[in-house]
Amino acid sequence: MPELGRAALVIALGLAVYACVAGGYAAWARRRRLAVSAQSALLAAFASTAVAALVLVAALARRDLSFAYVAEHSSRKLPLAYALSAFWGGQEGSLLLWLLVLTGFAAAAVALGRRAGQDIIAWVVPVLGGVAAFFAFVLVAVASPFATQPAPAEGAGMVPSLQNPYMLAHPPLLYLGYVGLTVPWAFAMGALLAGRTDERWIVATRRWTLAAWAFLGVGQLLGAKWAYEEVGWGGYYAWDPVENAALMPWLAATAFLHSVMIQEKRGMLKVWNVVLVSLAFCLALFGTFLTRSGVVNSIHSFTQSSIGPWFLAFIVIAVVVSVVLIFVRLPLLRSQVRIESLVSREATFLYNNLLLVALCLTVLWGVVYPLLSEAVRGQSLTVGPPFYNFFLRSFGLPLLLLMGIGPLIAWRRASLRALGRTFAWPLGVALIAGVMLLAAGAGSSIPGLVAYTFAVFVLASIAFEFVRGTRARRALGAPSWPSAFGALVAHNRRRYGGYVVHAAIVLLAIGIVGSSAYQTVGERALRPGQSMRVGDVTLAYRGLTERTAANASELRAHVDVIRDGRMVARVEPGKNSYPVERTTSNEMAIHTDWLRAQDVDVIADEINPTSGVVFFRVLVKPLVNLIWLAGLVFVGGALIALWPDAREERRLALRYESAAAGAPVAPPA
Amino acid sequence: MTTLALLAAAALAIACVVYVARPFLSEPEPDDDVLAGLDDRERRRLELLEERDRTLAALKELEFDHRTGAVSDEDYRALVGPLRRRAASTLRALERSPGPSDRQRTHVG
Repeated sequence: MPELGRAALVIALGLAVYACVAGGYAAWARRRRLAVSAQSALLAAFASTAVAALVLVAALARRDLSFAYVAEHSSRKLPLAYALSAFWGGQEGSLLLWLLVLTGFAAAAVALGRRAGQDIIAWVVPVLGGVAAFFAFVLVAVASPFATQPAPAEGAGMVPSLQNPYMLAHPPLLYLGYVGLTVPWAFAMGALLAGRTDERWIVATRRWTLAAWAFLGVGQLLGAKWAYEEVGWGGYYAWDPVENAALMPWLAATAFLHSVMIQEKRGMLKVWNVVLVSLAFCLALFGTFLTRSGVVNSIHSFTQSSIGPWFLAFIVIAVVVSVVLIFVRLPLLRSQVRIESLVSREATFLYNNLLLVALCLTVLWGVVYPLLSEAVRGQSLTVGPPFYNFFLRSFGLPLLLLMGIGPLIAWRRASLRALGRTFAWPLGVALIAGVMLLAAGAGSSIPGLVAYTFAVFVLASIAFEFVRGTRARRALGAPSWPSAFGALVAHNRRRYGGYVVHAAIVLLAIGIVGSSAYQTVGERALRPGQSMRVGDVTLAYRGLTERTAANASELRAHVDVIRDGRMVARVEPGKNSYPVERTTSNEMAIHTDWLRAQDVDVIADEINPTSGVVFFRVLVKPLVNLIWLAGLVFVGGALIALWPDAREERRLALRYESAAAGAPVAPPA
Repeated sequence: MTTLALLAAAALAIACVVYVARPFLSEPEPDDDVLAGLDDRERRRLELLEERDRTLAALKELEFDHRTGAVSDEDYRALVGPLRRRAASTLRALERSPGPSDRQRTHVG
């Protein structure tokens, strides 16, 4: 039923335009019923988009090849789960997913964000409606997923590397993150339009920002895991522009999550926070543009892209709207409070912000420079990993150190004597660890040694914070140590959830450093019966076999992994041939040693099926598994920080009740 | 199939229009159709309430950090006085700040 899909999108476009125009007029003219009607239009737009999405899902499930989109991104032989994942495998489907998530988030944010006040919400609705109208317009007029054709005998299939379980979750999570960043931006713009620069918009969007940021983080990690297991080159992050597209808004949102705490705690950095939330949203749009416009392949494919110019125009509008509103409201955003000391927690947050934004803009420059070069000088350039790695070390190592310093310093200011006493224990642990690492041979990479020493410092400072906090809770009357620990976290979920997230980032850093600075690589062509040694393992090649799977022919080399003279595993690297897609994929084999936290990656780079000779590339990656463990810890920390705090909710409810009803000014308990 | 799709699309459009028009259908002639909001006086009061909560939270965190040893006695003495004075002055300002009119009592928040 492509007609229903098309009609549902036209209805969604009409509703989004209504939410934008009628909502804008209602906010300006202060019309209550019209404002409520515009809010309802957002929910109706979500329902209508959901109908369109269901039509596409049904077409994919039935492999209805009369839908051009289905024929281009799936095939009759494609397993159902992957056929459904084709929803976000192509341009039109992923834009539909954007609109679906956006309208859903918009309706929910407006319904749940009443605490922001009706005057702000009234302005948030047209902003969200405007963004939704853009995506609905692109889907209706430029890139419809409901174009039809005479059904071909077979579809084009799906790129083999996308036929991976991680691809079922990675793109939707990224979209939840990208789209989620629209909500805090819309509330920030709504607050500026309403001339309301108090904390209400921040309170209303706190969880939205944190959730969007967490989705974006987990989505990237799943993407890295997919690249590691599926792409078959032994790495997990290649500084590819499409990968950077998700990293940039995540870095901006990370900076925002830290700086917004300074506004909440000290009433400072109001301008900076609006700038950061606008930067995060515009980079989320830019990320979608990079992924979907074809501009990454070549600036010339951008001009041929159906959506590229529209997207670029919309990004320019979003930037101009943000900049103009910030300038117009600048007098209201000025803070009366200043940082009292350069040695204070807010100062370390500020340093952290500057480093995060510097890293974000460096990555942006690395992405944009080749495009500008091609557009202006006609020269196609590539900014490769050495550029990014240099700046990651330059900004990343101080950031890592600040993660350990920040929690140990008090708000407002700290005396040198107090700092000495607070830092003594974590610093001592880090120095001892550094010396031990040096003795163990970690000095082969100085940045690696520095990163590990900093990592130990951060972990020690986090542990120190938990220990002395638990001790204080116990002294305050907690009946047992576990209950003291529970009370500590429950009384300040954001602070201690944040520490858990910091621990996750440290694990990530340890994993990245271990698997890059300390990895061992070996390459050799082997005949069956021959072996090679890489690091502390021996690889014995036994022979080749060929087998047939549902939609591919699989050629596999059988390799024994031998450590200390004992076979510990048999791995099967090889290649898959996909007849429908007419392509071949490299299938890397991974042997994971959990005790050593080490992976042995075996890649069959070239296979001669006649002679049985295989050119192997083997990578021994220490600690790489900590990267994936970091993902689990990250989710745990984010959940702690996101978990509703009844005391905080009561306090906020009382605050806004008091503002409205002139209630007594006694503070909540 | 096309007819069925068009009927379904028409039903969806009608449902959406009715849903969006609901505020006007349920209240054809309301007594008050003005969007609620805070006036300048209430905004000032809200700012004071935010300042009150911010200062009291800072005091609470300072007390806790002092108890854990994160803040030294010397730093605690230097920081606690200004914070208490600020909390007291904010509470005094709030006491002086009048409540809103009856209209907002029913609509705001």
